[in-house]
Amino acid sequence: MVILPTGGLRMRYGAELTGVGVLAFLALIGAAMGVDEPFRQHMWVLFFTVAAFGVLLMRRTAFVPAPAHDNSSYMDDVIRYGAIATMFWGVVGFLVGVIVALQLAFPDLNIEPWFNFGRTRPLHTSAVIFAFCGNALIATSFYVVQRTCRARLFGGDLAWFVFWGYQLFLVMAATGYLLGITQSKEYAEPEWYVDIWLTIVWVAYLVVFMGTILKRKEPHIYVANWFYLAFIVTIAMLHIVNNLAMPHSFLGSQSYSLFAGVQDALTQWWYGHNAVGFFLTAGFLGMMYYFVPKQAERPVYSYRLSIIHFWALIFLYIWAGPHHLHYTALPDWAQTLGMVFSIMLWMPSWGGMINGLMTLSGAWDKIRTDPVIRMMVAAIAFYGMATFEGPMMSIKAVNSLSHYTDWTIGHVHSGALGWNGLITFAALYFMVPRLWNREKLYSQRLVIWHFWLAMVGIVIYAATMWVSGIMQGLMWREYDSQGFLVYSFAETVAAMFPYYVMRAAGGAMFLLGALIMAYNLTRTILGHEREEDPIGGKVATARPALQPAE
Amino acid sequence: MSEKDIDEVSGIATTGHEWDGIKELDNPMPRWWVYTFYATIVWAVIYTIAFPAWPMITSATSGMIGWSSRGDVKQELAAAETAKSDYVAAVAAASVEEILADDTLRQFATAAGAAAFKVNCVQCHGSGAAGSAGYPNLNDDEWLWGGTPEAIRTTIAHGIRFDGDDDTRYSEMPAYGDMLSRDEVNAVTSYVLALSQGGELDPVGTQIFADNCAACHGETGKGGVDFGAPDLTDAIWLYGSSKEEIASQIRRPRHGVMPAWQARLGDTTVKELTVYVHSLGGGQ
Repeated sequence: MVILPTGGLRMRYGAELTGVGVLAFLALIGAAMGVDEPFRQHMWVLFFTVAAFGVLLMRRTAFVPAPAHDNSSYMDDVIRYGAIATMFWGVVGFLVGVIVALQLAFPDLNIEPWFNFGRTRPLHTSAVIFAFCGNALIATSFYVVQRTCRARLFGGDLAWFVFWGYQLFLVMAATGYLLGITQSKEYAEPEWYVDIWLTIVWVAYLVVFMGTILKRKEPHIYVANWFYLAFIVTIAMLHIVNNLAMPHSFLGSQSYSLFAGVQDALTQWWYGHNAVGFFLTAGFLGMMYYFVPKQAERPVYSYRLSIIHFWALIFLYIWAGPHHLHYTALPDWAQTLGMVFSIMLWMPSWGGMINGLMTLSGAWDKIRTDPVIRMMVAAIAFYGMATFEGPMMSIKAVNSLSHYTDWTIGHVHSGALGWNGLITFAALYFMVPRLWNREKLYSQRLVIWHFWLAMVGIVIYAATMWVSGIMQGLMWREYDSQGFLVYSFAETVAAMFPYYVMRAAGGAMFLLGALIMAYNLTRTILGHEREEDPIGGKVATARPALQPAE
Repeated sequence: MSEKDIDEVSGIATTGHEWDGIKELDNPMPRWWVYTFYATIVWAVIYTIAFPAWPMITSATSGMIGWSSRGDVKQELAAAETAKSDYVAAVAAASVEEILADDTLRQFATAAGAAAFKVNCVQCHGSGAAGSAGYPNLNDDEWLWGGTPEAIRTTIAHGIRFDGDDDTRYSEMPAYGDMLSRDEVNAVTSYVLALSQGGELDPVGTQIFADNCAACHGETGKGGVDFGAPDLTDAIWLYGSSKEEIASQIRRPRHGVMPAWQARLGDTTVKELTVYVHSLGGGQ
């Protein structure tokens, strides 16, 4: 809606304020008429969040003509917000991770009812996957698609709707968990009304991204954009199908899934596995395909490899979900297919690793001098390890030992902390100085601190989870010579205590590294530069004059 | 394209495209990558022929080697059963006393009972059978319902205050909060405390105890296994040993429930559990 008080004058944010007002009104109705207490509480949260946003908008509105948009330049404001949101949610997600790790080691830290493990655990996974990684994906995809298409984001302010709409989804999801609202599907815990909101936001995201590709000025679509597009399209499909449900009441916080029994389980893990495959793999490969060659200033190693491994990855990943349901009520044939598709997925996954690492050929020396390159190499190495470990764990014989143990948790974290975490940090270190027009980062040395804290943290985390996971699996299946069970379940839990403590320590180091990054990037945004020796030690007294490259 | 764009560092041609300064080399795919990929595909085809895999119209192919996960479990369980079968048959045929008298049989039954205990009993009695508030410790020599092999077997088989078993052990201490005044409850609480901790016996409490409690707990407070009445003279307290906790148990007693296991686990396992629990330290 556009308000035209006097000739030619239009109210800035008029349409946005109307939308916010309608949403706040609907939230109030929900808060007043909701059929269950958690729903009413959740609607109050929604109301206050939306109202606060409305106040923010009103303070910025004016009845003067809006300054003309420079539509020739890239739309970078939304990416700046995205970079800050990524940093913020990263710290939140890692912090909650350390808390849930401590809750496992020291059950007294479970504070009923809002902060017990059952509620803080999805808070951690969603904060890291959807808030941290999701914001990183949205921000970097907007950054990459504009630059590799030489086109401004399509849809005008629609990109802003994607950003703020996604933050609202995150707030509603997180507060819902703490209020005890969940549909009990892993990584898809939010209830029906939050799911519908995310669907709207996601379709808007697809429109912005696809529209930008369609109006590109480059003849070809760059490989990073294939991966981003595959991620956006597939996540839309997965999200909609897995969340098909009938609300118990349109003013209530509960719903019934369309699927039942083992079909529900299979749909859930078709979703869950591909959330890993398309959110945390395909999307982040898109990130890698842009930021690694940019930072290394080298061409991508092989175009042919990129096209073959892209299609192979996209085709094979979608079938691998049943390996999450080995030795369950799922029919044997489906388990077999889940396993063989996971094995065939090994090389397509490694195609990305090869292309990433080999892109550095001719620039390997930069690992010594450029901590951001170092971070990228470590990220790709963790990607390679996790995508080898995954197919291996999908083999039924291995899975019968590893399933339901901490090994799975270790595997997920070597991927999430090592691959997703480090490549996102590298992308932030690349983007932030460029987005704010700074010559360089506040400090290169703090990047090195971040790198080593993160590395040591990940190694401690993954190693302790391997040990405790394999120990746990072996204890569960330990039978004595007469064929009798040796350990009770409680004894296997007690045995894991020291590993739980070590795991929390590893996570705390990772969190500390992220805090250092937040400090470093904040100072960079403020335009500060730290006086420090260059990496690799002080260069001998007289600085050599810059030579033109041969 | 008339002229190839060659990357100076590697000497490899690029594809001729450029996006925001990024070019792509025209390297072939690494051979080892291609062949490993082919190998996994070949392996996948062979595996899906050998194992249940391809969905058909009403069912799926069952695989050339005839493997199924249910068949696999059945086989493993059968092998485990066979390995134990001689001993299990002997345990099934013998009474608890006979098992206890035979060293080999007793050892087997203790191991079997320990395994069953870890799955079925630890949830209440703890993995070391030490119990906790409301759940008796099985390592000591106080037995609410008797510590002889037969008494233990009956308790395990039929449970305590368990609705679904007609032979379950049953007793209920009355709520004395409805029958005695506050002062009287305090007096008898002091008396009971003195029974276990020593000290002067409250004369009022002595009289109240004799009138109300001795019928089940005995003149001297030593309890009785016929009613599951605890010994009040020792330091073992199921619901806590403080004055408040004892007074509360007199006013409004709590009564634990233990399931009957005979119907769920069968006669043999109940006997094995009996032998194991009897071996824990306090068996009579």
